[in-house]
Amino acid sequence: MSKKPVRPAPEGDVAISSRIRLARNLEAYPFTTRMTRAQSAEILSKVRNAVLDGEDSQLSGFSFLELQSMNTLDRQFLVEKHLISPEFAEGDISRAAIISKDGRISIMVNEEDHLRLQCIFPGMQTEEAWKLCTDIDTKLDGKLEYAFDKNFGYLTCCPTNVGTGIRASVMLHLPALSMTGYIKGILENCSKIGVAVRGAYGENSEASGNMFQISNQVTLGQTEEDIISGIGNITSQITEQERILRSELYNQNPLRLEDRIFRSYGILTGARIISSEESLKLLSDVRLGVVMGLIRGLELEDLNEIMLMIQPAYLQKLSGGQLKPDERDQRRAELIRMKLKDGVQQGME
Amino acid sequence: MLCQQCQKKEANVHFTQILNGTKIESYLCSQCANEKGKLSFSPQLNLGDFLWGFPGFGEGGGLPEAEQPGEVRCDICGMSFDDFRKTGKLGCANCYRTFRDNLSPILRRLHGNIEHKGKVPGKLTECIKTGNEIEKLKEELTAAIGREEYERAAELRDRIRNLESSGNKCGGV
Repeated sequence: MSKKPVRPAPEGDVAISSRIRLARNLEAYPFTTRMTRAQSAEILSKVRNAVLDGEDSQLSGFSFLELQSMNTLDRQFLVEKHLISPEFAEGDISRAAIISKDGRISIMVNEEDHLRLQCIFPGMQTEEAWKLCTDIDTKLDGKLEYAFDKNFGYLTCCPTNVGTGIRASVMLHLPALSMTGYIKGILENCSKIGVAVRGAYGENSEASGNMFQISNQVTLGQTEEDIISGIGNITSQITEQERILRSELYNQNPLRLEDRIFRSYGILTGARIISSEESLKLLSDVRLGVVMGLIRGLELEDLNEIMLMIQPAYLQKLSGGQLKPDERDQRRAELIRMKLKDGVQQGME
Repeated sequence: MLCQQCQKKEANVHFTQILNGTKIESYLCSQCANEKGKLSFSPQLNLGDFLWGFPGFGEGGGLPEAEQPGEVRCDICGMSFDDFRKTGKLGCANCYRTFRDNLSPILRRLHGNIEHKGKVPGKLTECIKTGNEIEKLKEELTAAIGREEYERAAELRDRIRNLESSGNKCGGV
């Protein structure tokens, strides 16, 4: 595994990534629910020009990916990298993703709203993501006329997004809270204060590999900064609880926790056939082992990379084409064995 | 409020799910919410029904007859409030203006608030600032008249006139 010197992600022991999404619509067109094919094509070209035509360095080097010219595998690949939503990947008509070179900025055109502008950063960096996102938004605002109302704010297709149009979310790895069952209490408390907790791949997915996405539900009547600091407060409280529980779990019975972690590690380094669900579950234990200093030689970035690579589309892209499910499970096991062995060997050097 | 699933226990979890591209929110007891986290949700519900069934809309949901917007349609996209009821999605920016009075209670339920705070498009920053300033001065004017401070009131009235003729006032927004 390449040992590039990477700056560790802030709060990376618990926080995987931070994301800000803004929903925007153009005043002059009906929302996606009622637009014609011709209108959707016009919107696409307007947004494309607004982003790509210009001298602005922040908007340079974006790729423009029109969905109808992409196959299912390529679309799925973008979903796995969290650059487009699963719902977006399914549609065809005049949809495009405009993605920055470093993958931090992506703009979905004609998702539920005309524009869904997203910035994603590693670790706990919601404020940084907001700063970038609002910068890009302001630049586009100069070129596109957004639908806006003095009382209701930015107007969105679904009333659940109206106002700021913001969704601030942080993905957290919460193995100790999950193992002990305390996660249930957290889920309940979050729901009471209007904070949503979902699985790793958005609203529809279950928490896989003990990954949870924490995000705001209220979008109207609070400033973006207030919403972001609210999510920041909640995630840092959850992070703190997770850390305390991790060390408590270890202190109460070190052997038991080590046993669990090294068994998972053992299966991953020995398995010849493995599903993505099982891998994510076991990798969650290994990640915990790395954070707690029990497994040496692996970096958190390596694990983040493995977790991405073992997803079906990524795996098939790596193998250069379509794979049947059983071929995928073999290829996945092979890849994990190789990556984990590499890491640990380098660690021993 | 009772759990919308078992109708027995007190609901204490706000549950959100997306099914067939539709966001579904429900109020459940912790046990049912836990079960739902594992199982798939009944796919018959849509957001429109849900917004309608929100507490405050009366038994069985629905607005009282007098408040029904009837056959009013958005004159830009042709959407009726009934269409919105069915899908939970609006048709265009003008729908918000057409159905403002009907949407306000729904937005209050969803967000606890119906006044936008936060970012404003560049073009509107000035006019919104001016609008807010005018509102504030008008309140002061009423208060000044109430206190019979007529000199102060005249001064406020002139400032309001100046602002209103400054061209910075928002148009239809």
